[in-house]
Amino acid sequence: MYDLKALYEAESVEHAIRLRLEHPEAQIIAGGSDVLVQMREGKRAGKELISIYGIDAMRGVTIDEDENIRIGSLTSFSHITRDPIIQKYINVLGEAVDMVGGPQIRNIGTIGGNTCNGVTSADSASTLHAWEAIVELTGKNGVRRLPIGDFYIRAGQVDIRAEEGEIQTAILIPKASYENTFGYYIKYAMRNAMDIATLGCSVNVRLSPDKKTVARARIAYGVAGPVPMRAQSAEAVANGAEIGKEMIDRFGLAVLNDINPRDSWRASKAFRQHIAVEMAKRCLFESIKRAGGEI
Amino acid sequence: MSIVGKSEIRVDAFDKATGRTKYYEDRMPAGALYARIKHSEIAHGFVKSVDTSEAEKIKGVVKVLTCFDAPEIDFPTAGHPWSMDPGHQDVADRRLLNTHVRYYGDDVAVVIAEDEVSAVQGVRAIKVEYEALPFVLDVQKAMEDGAPQLHEGYPNNILKHTSVRKGDYAAAIREPGLKKVEGWYDTPTVQHCHIENHGCFAYEENGRITVVSSTQIPHIVCRVVGQALGRPWADVQVIKPYIGGGFGNKQDALYEPLCAWCSTQVGGRPVRIDCSREETFVSNRVRHAIRFHIVSWIRPDGSMAARKVDLYSNQGAYASHGHSIVAKAMGSFPQLYPCDNMECDAYTVYTNIPAAGAMRGYGMPQASFANDSNIEECAHAVGMDPVEYRNRYIMPLGFEDGFSKNVNYYDSHRECLEKGKELIGYDEKIREFAKDTGDIRRGIGCASFWYNTAVWPIALETSSNRMLLNLDGTVTMQCGETEIGQGADTAFAQMAAEAIGLKSYKDVRVVSCQDTDTTPTGLGAYASRQTYVAGFSIRQTAEILRNKIFAYAEKLTRQSVGNMDVRDGNVVRKNDVKVLISLSELAMTAQYNPADSEHITAESTFTIKNNAYSFGCTFAEVEVDIPMCKVTVKNIVNVHDCGNLINPALAEAQVHGGMSMAIGYGLSEQLLFDQKTGRPLNNNLLDYKLSTVMDHPDLEAAFVENPEPTSVFGTKALGEPPACSGAPAIRNAIYNATGVALHKLPMNPHNLFAAFTEAGLIHDSWQEG
Repeated sequence: MYDLKALYEAESVEHAIRLRLEHPEAQIIAGGSDVLVQMREGKRAGKELISIYGIDAMRGVTIDEDENIRIGSLTSFSHITRDPIIQKYINVLGEAVDMVGGPQIRNIGTIGGNTCNGVTSADSASTLHAWEAIVELTGKNGVRRLPIGDFYIRAGQVDIRAEEGEIQTAILIPKASYENTFGYYIKYAMRNAMDIATLGCSVNVRLSPDKKTVARARIAYGVAGPVPMRAQSAEAVANGAEIGKEMIDRFGLAVLNDINPRDSWRASKAFRQHIAVEMAKRCLFESIKRAGGEI
Repeated sequence: MSIVGKSEIRVDAFDKATGRTKYYEDRMPAGALYARIKHSEIAHGFVKSVDTSEAEKIKGVVKVLTCFDAPEIDFPTAGHPWSMDPGHQDVADRRLLNTHVRYYGDDVAVVIAEDEVSAVQGVRAIKVEYEALPFVLDVQKAMEDGAPQLHEGYPNNILKHTSVRKGDYAAAIREPGLKKVEGWYDTPTVQHCHIENHGCFAYEENGRITVVSSTQIPHIVCRVVGQALGRPWADVQVIKPYIGGGFGNKQDALYEPLCAWCSTQVGGRPVRIDCSREETFVSNRVRHAIRFHIVSWIRPDGSMAARKVDLYSNQGAYASHGHSIVAKAMGSFPQLYPCDNMECDAYTVYTNIPAAGAMRGYGMPQASFANDSNIEECAHAVGMDPVEYRNRYIMPLGFEDGFSKNVNYYDSHRECLEKGKELIGYDEKIREFAKDTGDIRRGIGCASFWYNTAVWPIALETSSNRMLLNLDGTVTMQCGETEIGQGADTAFAQMAAEAIGLKSYKDVRVVSCQDTDTTPTGLGAYASRQTYVAGFSIRQTAEILRNKIFAYAEKLTRQSVGNMDVRDGNVVRKNDVKVLISLSELAMTAQYNPADSEHITAESTFTIKNNAYSFGCTFAEVEVDIPMCKVTVKNIVNVHDCGNLINPALAEAQVHGGMSMAIGYGLSEQLLFDQKTGRPLNNNLLDYKLSTVMDHPDLEAAFVENPEPTSVFGTKALGEPPACSGAPAIRNAIYNATGVALHKLPMNPHNLFAAFTEAGLIHDSWQEG
């Protein structure tokens, strides 16, 4: 039994926007795997909810007319993992979200909810940052698109304008991002299932045609700071560099210039820094291998 | 024997698999009120006032009761048999609600409401004013002079201190040529994490009070509720339905007394208390964190000249099972690796953390970690293979313990070690793994443990049993030993069918639900005693039943009682096995005979004055990813000598469960507290790292079946032993893989990072300066 004041069920995106404008205090709920837990804990007790879970138009993965991969915000983690478009172009995203919680959570949890929560530990977030995803928001004034790095404002807060009735409707991966690109994700957690990331690291590379040098490397972390973040010093080390063990080591060490993990009872800063370096190296190594490079 | 020893399907399997089984919530009376508890938000202090006015305004709130309303009666909670000797009774330091709060999460007030949401809203609306006192979380700091005092009459917070003195330690360590192997071994606070949280409901009827509870110990809870409410014990009826596990947490009176009292405060209406998982972690019981200091003095051949063991057991805020746990842990040291000169001192100390009680292993997972870690270091100190070291110095065949009179009738330890070694391929693997030098290294290790079966002679061992011959020739059986998910009812059915002479265990209907108004008195599920102790009363009661059957059969068949037996559900003539009459025909005739009717029943109590050793070991194989500070258990084997197996499939499942708990204990589990406030940090199943199926390799259980001479069915303990030696086996495998001897559980990445850094296996250049 949940302590909720009211539940409004949206039948379409337009209806959701209308409900949002009518009930500005209400909380959006999709799969509910975060919102209901928080409500039970008392954090959101007594609130109104607007459920968008029934809007099927926001579900599924397609390639749009601009050749973006378009992931509807209500697409579940398990759907993403099994989707042929994801598997063909950005398999690492499917692998990353397959590490969320357990099977039941992956069936109910959505990628939109995962990102709108604004938490740094979200398993999809580091990969979406590393692949420069675009967040699509729809409100009373139409569609607004912004890079995922700008979407995250601070811990627990993302750029959604409730006063304009906005909801997140899709996440896009541009062709320039996914074309000929291969990635690898490591979720570092204290157990192999049903856990939250101590640190998440997602790397992807595009190699030169001869596969001897890195044409483009991108790396992003979750839990290395208050919001998911890119590690640009590390990217600079790898971009244009010849593939080799020494380069991978330098890449790993360079992340220390970018990340800012904190000391908490969940893990010390020194420990998070240590595994961040190791994870960067292992992710880059595996990404290069997946791209056909030899080390 | 033909029925005992078979892997029969559990008597409750179908209902549990299909969801029909009824737990306490499935028996809830209509209209039961919800009681929810306001817990203390400081670790230590006095409640000055409780403002209930806002809570009382909430629609649906029926009543708010505070610590100032509760009776000033101190009561004990431990699930121990009552002792007629006041000196052996459990410490009574608990109240229903507390003005003196002693841990973050202590019980201050309770809101009773028509529905759960109103009750929870009521709890949030209560305002408590405290006078905060200094608090102490660490066991040794709590013993220091000037430490905050939790209870009157226990200077330095020491609940109890006991010792073992054997030979002359001080003289023995002067022997020339001895090596000193010394270490501190630290075990964490952990929780049972049974799948069904504790809960109960209570109501009054005809001047008495009934409590239906998720408990392991209905007859003991009956007594404690009476004590807590200041009412005659006979005023209380406790009913125990099926429960979703307990592992010792429910071997305590938990919220039954409070729930019963709440009902009396609302005119006897049914009141329910259902613990959340968060409350289960903090406001039920935990396993004692015990810190050990071991000094072993060994000769060049490895033999133990002298040994000193200090044990500091963190009791938390209330006595619960108290000193019993660390006393059992200490008692294992002179027995498992015997030594002529020993000094052992065990302390149980109050601190401001949740109260520790019974948990599967009762001190032995802690003792096994400390003892078999130190023994491993002794083997290393003399350059001996660790298995060989154990084979030489572990308890010998024929060893007799002076106190319990337990005898090591077989060479169980060595037989188990030998079998474990073969099953895991120890000899080849230890050679192969020695070659690993990179970032990822493999290792193999083992650990043994000491256990005994029941609580004799420390406490009473009694078992009562009732059998009724049904008209269809089956038998209905009631006993006080409880089914808590472990499969006890199935084992009891098998033993009863065997003892009576029925065709199948299915011909015994075990009444699973204990009701203290009607169930013969037994003490419930604890120690690892149920199959052992129930065996005595089942055999005795079956004999009485058989004699009544024979007496009636004699009247019908004119054959002599001395020449009768029951086989496959028929009374037969012993000499030629001729069927004289089926039990069904006999029962029908006896019941409906107009001239001589009889309902054939039997009931008896057996006082058990024996105990039995139950030994075994674990072998573990690990892969250690040094830079990632991660351990993967690749293979793990437990070998047990628990006597004859009553039901091999259930025995194997019992071992698997214990091994799983041992893996979590070894690698990931620990309840954490904020050092600044005493607040629990991770009292939920996300942040408390209970291991999952994805963290386990295949679990292998093996047995050495040496029939236990004192047992009717040749059986002995298997409930708790599987949880004991897993963590030190994993620890010793990590030692073998990396050369790093860990001294602290859990061996999670945080502790491995620190240990590997200290050992120089990890070198983060940027951390310098």
